[in-house]
Formats: sequence, C-alpha cells, structure tokens
Amino acid sequence: MTTAQIERGGVGISRKLMVEAAIVLGIMLFLIFVLPLLMSDFRLNLTGRFLALSIAALGIDLIWGFTGMLSLGHGVFFTLGGYALAMYLKLQIPANASSQLPEFMGLYGVTELPWFWKPFYSFPITALMVVLLPAIVAAILGYLIFRNRIRGVYFSILTQATTIIFFNFFNGQQKLFNGTNGLTDFKTLFGLEVSKPGAQYVFYVLTILFLAATYALSRWLTSGRFGRLLVAIRDDEPRVRFTGYNPTGFKVLVFAISAAFAGLAGALFTLQTGIISPNSMNIAFSIEMVIWVAVGGRATLVGAILGTLVVNFAKSNLSEKFPDIWLFFQGALFLLVVLFLPNGIVGWLRDRGLDTFQNLTGKRKRSMTYPSLEEDPEVDYERKNTGD
Amino acid sequence: MLPSILDGIFNGLSIGSILLMAALGLAIVFGLMGVINMAHGELMMLGAYTTYVVQNLFKPLGIFSQTYIFFALIMAFIVAALAGLILERGVIRYLYGRPLETLLATWGVSLMLQQFVRSVNWVLIAGLAIFCLLYFGGMWFVKKRPDFDVIRQKAIALLLPLSAAVAVAVGVFLSQTFKSAVTQPWFGAQNVDVTAPKWLQGGLPIGNYQLPYTRMFIMVLTALCVAGIYFFLNKTAWGLRIRSVTQNRNMSACLGIPTNKVDALTFALGSGLAGIAGCAVSLLGSVGPNTGQNYIVNTFMVVVVGGVGKLVGTIAGAMVIGLIDYILGAGILALLFAQIPPVAEFFTFFATTSMAKVMVFLLIVIFLQYKPAGLFPQKGRTVDA
Amino acid sequence: MSEKILEIENLTVNFDGFRALNNLGFSLDTGELRVIIGPNGAGKTTFLDIITGKTKPTEGQVRFKGRNLRPYAEYQIAEMGIGRKFQTPRVYLNLSPRENLELACNRVKGVFSTLFKRTPSPEKRTVSGLLETIGLVPKADMKANLLSHGEKQWLEIGMLVAQSPDLLLVDEPVAGLTDEETERTGELLISLAQSHSIIVIEHDMEFVRQIARQVTVLHQGSVLCEGTIDEVQNDPKVIEVYLGKEEVQHEDDMRPMSYPVSAEDAIVT
Repeated sequence: MTTAQIERGGVGISRKLMVEAAIVLGIMLFLIFVLPLLMSDFRLNLTGRFLALSIAALGIDLIWGFTGMLSLGHGVFFTLGGYALAMYLKLQIPANASSQLPEFMGLYGVTELPWFWKPFYSFPITALMVVLLPAIVAAILGYLIFRNRIRGVYFSILTQATTIIFFNFFNGQQKLFNGTNGLTDFKTLFGLEVSKPGAQYVFYVLTILFLAATYALSRWLTSGRFGRLLVAIRDDEPRVRFTGYNPTGFKVLVFAISAAFAGLAGALFTLQTGIISPNSMNIAFSIEMVIWVAVGGRATLVGAILGTLVVNFAKSNLSEKFPDIWLFFQGALFLLVVLFLPNGIVGWLRDRGLDTFQNLTGKRKRSMTYPSLEEDPEVDYERKNTGD
Repeated sequence: MLPSILDGIFNGLSIGSILLMAALGLAIVFGLMGVINMAHGELMMLGAYTTYVVQNLFKPLGIFSQTYIFFALIMAFIVAALAGLILERGVIRYLYGRPLETLLATWGVSLMLQQFVRSVNWVLIAGLAIFCLLYFGGMWFVKKRPDFDVIRQKAIALLLPLSAAVAVAVGVFLSQTFKSAVTQPWFGAQNVDVTAPKWLQGGLPIGNYQLPYTRMFIMVLTALCVAGIYFFLNKTAWGLRIRSVTQNRNMSACLGIPTNKVDALTFALGSGLAGIAGCAVSLLGSVGPNTGQNYIVNTFMVVVVGGVGKLVGTIAGAMVIGLIDYILGAGILALLFAQIPPVAEFFTFFATTSMAKVMVFLLIVIFLQYKPAGLFPQKGRTVDA
Repeated sequence: MSEKILEIENLTVNFDGFRALNNLGFSLDTGELRVIIGPNGAGKTTFLDIITGKTKPTEGQVRFKGRNLRPYAEYQIAEMGIGRKFQTPRVYLNLSPRENLELACNRVKGVFSTLFKRTPSPEKRTVSGLLETIGLVPKADMKANLLSHGEKQWLEIGMLVAQSPDLLLVDEPVAGLTDEETERTGELLISLAQSHSIIVIEHDMEFVRQIARQVTVLHQGSVLCEGTIDEVQNDPKVIEVYLGKEEVQHEDDMRPMSYPVSAEDAIVT
C-alpha cells in the first residue's frame, strides 16, 4: 500500500462524486422543468409535498439508518418547523386590517400578541427558527437521554412519549396556537399569494433545491470519518467508548441535525398544504416516516427519498380507492418490509436484484472474491488448476 | 382539604391500577424478550370488545346476565392470549434480537387489528377461515413429504395465491348471495358501550364523597392479577422457567428449557393480561377501535420508570405515575398552595388532563437523570454487555 | 527503577451482595507484561471492567500513572491511554478493517474535529502499516463481518495498537485461534511489550508460558499468588484452586508422591 495508490483512490473518488453530482443535477432539472409539463397542478403539488417529506426521511435515515437510533418523535420536529413558518405567515396582516392579530386570537379574546410570537415578524429570524427550534428541542431531549446511556427501545418509546406530550400541549393552548385547528388560511409571502399556482410552483422548486442541499449535506456527513463513527455507534456503542470517543456528543449532534431536517420539511410541507396542525404530531405519522425509510432502504440516502415517494404515492392512490381497508395495506406494509425486505428496495437491488436479473437473462452468477486475490498470480494459478 | 386529598389518593391509585394492569403484561414480555409490543394496546381493545360481545350474549338471560363480567374476564383473557400467541408464532419469533424492527412490525399489527374490528363481518371471518384452512392445511400435507425442503418455495408460491383466490371468491359469493346480512360490520367504526352490571353501579359513600364500585372492582381485580402473576412466576415450574430465561437465555437453553415454548407462553400470558385490562377499561367508558392507543404510551412510561425484570418496579411505577397524574390533573396541588400565588398559578397551568401528562413526562425525564435504569435496576456484569 | 503505571488498592466490587472482587491489591510496573489467570468466575473480566471504567468500584481505588480513575468515564480513561481488547472480538462489523483502524487511530476524538478534519496522511500510513502487520491487506476494504474469527481477533488487536495506549488490556487474545495464529499473536504481544505495558488475561497455559514473565492468579475476587510461571504452577494454593479442595487433601493424606496430576495439566485442560 503506497501513497501513490492512496492518491489514485482519491482521484477515483472525486470522479465518482462528479458523476453523482451530474446525476443529481439531471434529476433536479427534470423535476423542475420537465415534470410540470407532464402533470396537472394538483399532482405536481402532491409531488412537491412528498419531496418535502423526503427531506424529513433523510433526517430519519441519518439517525436510524446510519446511527441505529429509532426516533418515533420526528413528527414533533416536523410540526415545530411548520409552526415556525406558519406563525410568520399568520403575521402577514395588511396594515389596514381592523385587528393586527391573527384572526383566531380574536375568537379567544386575546388582545395582545403573546411575547414569543413577536420575533416571527422578521423573516430571517423565522427562517432560522424553522431549523433551529427543532434542533434545539432535539439537542436538549437527546442530551438528557443519551448522557444516561438510554438507548434502543427506551429511546424509541421516550421519543414517542414526546410526540404525545407536544400533541397535548399544542392541542390545549387555544389562545396561543389555535388548539386542534392549527394554523391555516395563509395569505401572502413576500407579496406572493400563497395559494396561487404560481406561488406553489415557486415552493415546489424551492423544495427541490432544499432537498438537493440536504442530500448533499447528508452525503458529506455520512461519507467521512464522522459517518464511519456513526456506523460504529450503530454496530457497537460501548466499544466506541473504549476506543476513546464519547458517543453522547455525536448522537446529540446527529439527532439535532436530523430534527432540523424534519423542521425544514415541515415548513416546506406547510407552504404546500396551507395548514399545520397538532395532528401531524400524532403517533402514527412519526412511525410512518420510519417506514418510508425502511421501504426505500435504510442507510442508503437515495433509498430514503425513493421510499418516501413510493409509499406516499401508493398511499394517496390506494387510500383514495380503498378508504375502508387502507389501514390493512399499511399494516401489511410494515410487516412485509420488516420480515421480508429488511434492507428495503435499494438494499435488495444492491444485494440480490443484480443477481436475480442476471439469472433471468441466463448469465451465470458471479461469486464474490476478494478483489486483490484476483490479481494474485498464486491464487490465479490455483484457480486454473482446480478448475474453479 | 382532607376529602380532596383522600379523593386524590383514591383516584390516583385507581388510575394507577389500570395502568398497572395494562403494563403488567408488557413488562413481563419486555423483561423476557426485550420486545416492546406496540400492539399491546390493541390486545386490550380486543379484550374490551370481547367483553362487549359477552355482555350482549348474556342479555337474554335475565337476572343471571348480571354475572356476565366474570365470563367476560375469562373470555377476554382467552381471546387476547390467542391473538398474542398467533402474533408471537407468526411474527415476533422471527425478529428476536432485533427489538427496533419488532417495534415497527408490531405497529403494523396494531394498525391491522384496529382496522379489523372496524370492518369485521361474516364475510371477512369466512374468508379468513377458508384461507387458513386451505393454506395451512395444504402446508401440513406438503410438510409430510420427504422432499419438503426442496419444494417448500414452490409449495408456498402455489398455495398462497390459490387459497387467497378461493377465499376472495367465496367472500364475493357470500356477500352477493346474502347481501347485508353478512356484509354488515359487527361493530363498525363507532364506539360501543359496555354497561357495568347493576351491582357495580353506584358507589360507596364516604362523607359527601362516593367511591365508585367499578373503580374499586378494578383495584381488586388488579390486586388479584398481580398476586396471580406473582404466584405463577415464583411458585410454579413454568414460572421458574420464565424467570430463568429472563435472566440468561443461552444458559437456560443449554439446560434443556424449551426457550421458544417459554417465549410463546409468556407472550400469550402477557397478551391475556392485556385482555383482562381491556375488560376492566370497558367498564369505565365506551370502547372504540382507538381505545388501545390511549393507553399505550402511558404503559410504556410505566415500564421505563419501573425498570426491567422486577414485578415490584412495575407496581411502584404504575402507582406513582397514576397518583402524580391525577393529583396534578385535578388541580389538588393548586388548591393546597392557594396561599402562595405564584406556586398556585404554576400548578393551575398544569391542572388539566392533558397538561398533567406534559408535567408527568417532564418529571419522568428528570427522574431518568438520576435513575436511568428505572426504580429497581438490575446489577451485575451482564447488564449492558 | 521503573515506576508503577497501575496501582490498585483494596478494590471491592459488590453486585447486589455478591462480591465479584474482594479487597484486591495489584500493581504493574511501566513496561511490564503481566498475565492474569484464574478459574471461571474469579473476577478477571470484572477486573478489566473496573480499570476501563465500565464498572465503578464499591470500595478502593485504581490509580493510573498516579491518577485516581474513579471520576472518569470510559472514553476519558481510554483517552488517558488505556486500551482494551474484549473477550469475544468486538470490531465494527459494517466497516472495513481499514475504516476500523482509522477510527481507532484518530488522535483528536472530539465531535467537530472528527467531522471537519480529514484523516491526516501520517495516520493513513500508520493504518497501512498496521494492516500489513496483522495480515489483512487483501481484505482491507471489505466489510469486517466477512472476516473469520481469527482475523477479527487480529483486527481488534490492531485497533488496540492503533489507539497507541500506554497500557493494553488484552482479554483472551488467542481464544479460538489455531496454534500457528496463537504463536504469532504471542510474538506480536512480546514485541508490543517493548514499548507498552500490557495485561493479558488468558486460559491457554501453553500461550501463557510463551509470553509470560510475571503471572498473577486471581481467585474469588482476590489475588491468590504472584510470581513466575513455574512458581505459580507449583504453588500448593493454586493447585488447590484448580483441582478442588477435597481431591488435594486426598492427595496429601493418602499418596502424596504417586498422584500424577500437576497444576499445569489441570490448567491446560
């Protein structure tokens, strides 16, 4: 192993990266310019929503797929991001309106804007809060849980309890957040009328740009030493400790980043649906996010995005056609993926799909060998002589 | 002042005993297999629906019908235990050692169970029965052949779609011939009501306050269940086996304990307890497909607070959570501190059912900072290997 | 005169009334290679757990280079320079041997330096060198879960070296290895002993004989005796522990000379 070899490896990697970037760019251009021609506004809006959801799925993939922590509480972060943006939108009140408060506050007899609404007059602060608020909540929660080495199933059910808690809290505070009804009926953003198709197309493009950015960020996080450490934490956390790393910091950071992703997804989703309510903090939604990643293939970033799109399109089609028994499908999906497709679609394609395809086309399956053994003349000689 | 404190303690313990009953089965299963069963709430719901069915069956029996509750308890236990057994044999045993996947799979099962009680009707039952008969019967025949291992894949590929098709065809035929007589859902999506037997209605008057008999009944029932489980685990051969597998699975297997039977038995037992809990819950209010969801998170918290592997932890955890939950939610603390306005204000803010849950969760997280492994943690080298 | 790298005084560990370690005293010179043997349940692994901070002592203290280790967490103790190899090999199965070694080799183990800094080339060279030492060059870039048991053992020893600790704790390094591999492991440990202090826990007496200078025997949580391998093997207390009391008494009483069993035979089996 010489330095020359290492450097050659480096060149190879950067060329691979270029190819990947080109593919991503191609897909982005297709989504932005071609897809709108092929789809109705309604379908395009749906696609935009699902692309927003796949940002959250990337976050789930970071902590579950790579780090091995199953969060059942990402709905909270998603909703916090959504609320942050929605509060800004609700404060876009025309100067000549009779009340300078969001209209629901009038119904509950609120006369003065609560203090924590005030920062949301400013767009930069709002934009920051969309990602910071979920990240901070996740960091605090994560720190309190991880520093005591609570992990595995315990972590999952604590995050699940978090969703219930936030759900109860937001539901109970009519005066502050309009309770169960959530925030809706947005008017304008930077002078754009939010509900018009033109504005919606802008949001669609925005979603694609953010998805690409979060994908790139995730790629960077998971490729280097940091990514390897995440996998190490997943494989054997105590061992990581004995190697001299403190896993708590790593886990808090990655949990916070993934919460920020969910927050961003929530904000973009809110823009495209026009409503955010505590309903997105019910238990089911957070678990659904996990199953998107599971279907696509965990620990593969492409799988997270692909899975989100596949499951959600299937859901919107099937639940339209069979509203009565949709839950059967969904329950079966959970079971089938966990039992028969543990590595998801992408994992299956990677591990088996190629072989199966080659079998179908009649080519012989190639058995795996050690790459450098193949170049070894001795091994080669043996192979010839033993007729393998 | 005193009555309100008494009221707080009684109601708190009553909530705690429901939590305990629901968490008991969960805790035993979790202790044994490290598996959190997300469908536990749905097993409770099955128990509640069983109670409803038994009640309706007993209605024509006149005065005798008032004893339905005892039969309902037994039936609820059996139905839930059977469902649990199927769940364990059909799904969970393939996922041992993968607790997070088990979580997802059992969530899938819980969704299916919810939908099942919504849409269950004669057609569905007939279809399911025919499918099981054909598929498992067919597999049974195939299994007898000596070359079973070779043709297994093919047999499944043939039998599965075939029996499914037959079942669907029969279902369609039935629903076309008998129309709404068989397609009518048994329960539907609406909630159903279980009325407590007459002798459980009303309450024991203490001063100007009444202790409802149903709640006292539930507390007694819980005490009996705990005593029964304690006896079973500590005094019977199978209890000993369960405890030994809980402590060291590999060693137990080496000593010839059939661990898969122990797993199945424990899971069925835990599920049966969920059924009894469901029966108890049905006395308190109406029962719907989502009944289980309301209890599930609280019971998880009981397991987290109580720690794994010890009955006393679960009992203490359930009672403490129940007490704090009720005392906060009913605003009793706000009353107590009425003289100190800021404190009173603080407690008034949390004095609703939902806000009390927020507070309880915060307290649990604080508690875990000092006792991360719960009230009664296990010690030794095996912990966190 | 070499100074003590590790000193342990009056160490007691209590698990719910069971004393896994009982009033144990132990010390290790800098640069020494010490082998610890003892029957099952003697507290050998708990002993390592205490040193690495996984378990905290009920009483007594452990001093590493003069510092009491009680207040430190495992990762801090590891950073101070104590490395551990586990009884069953614990490597990161979904990473390649090269990545395993790189993680262990990383000098600055904070969150942000791990995130933002690239692996410096001296570290890369160290890793390449180590891969050659442990004979995993051909398999350097495939997942570690495809390695054989022996290769995993070696990889973990390699990770331990990559960490370059001052004190190496090695728990049964040759369990499940072939004789040849055992021999090579012994050579590796001896060569490491030139620059490190090492504690080895081992059952295989052949191997102990190959590497050991000083041997400590643990029994029921305390040190039974210490000395060279020959001293230890002929120590009547050790024979008693390994063969059982009745039998030894029997031997003493009835036919002291003709009973052929020595401690070595007993321990090897």
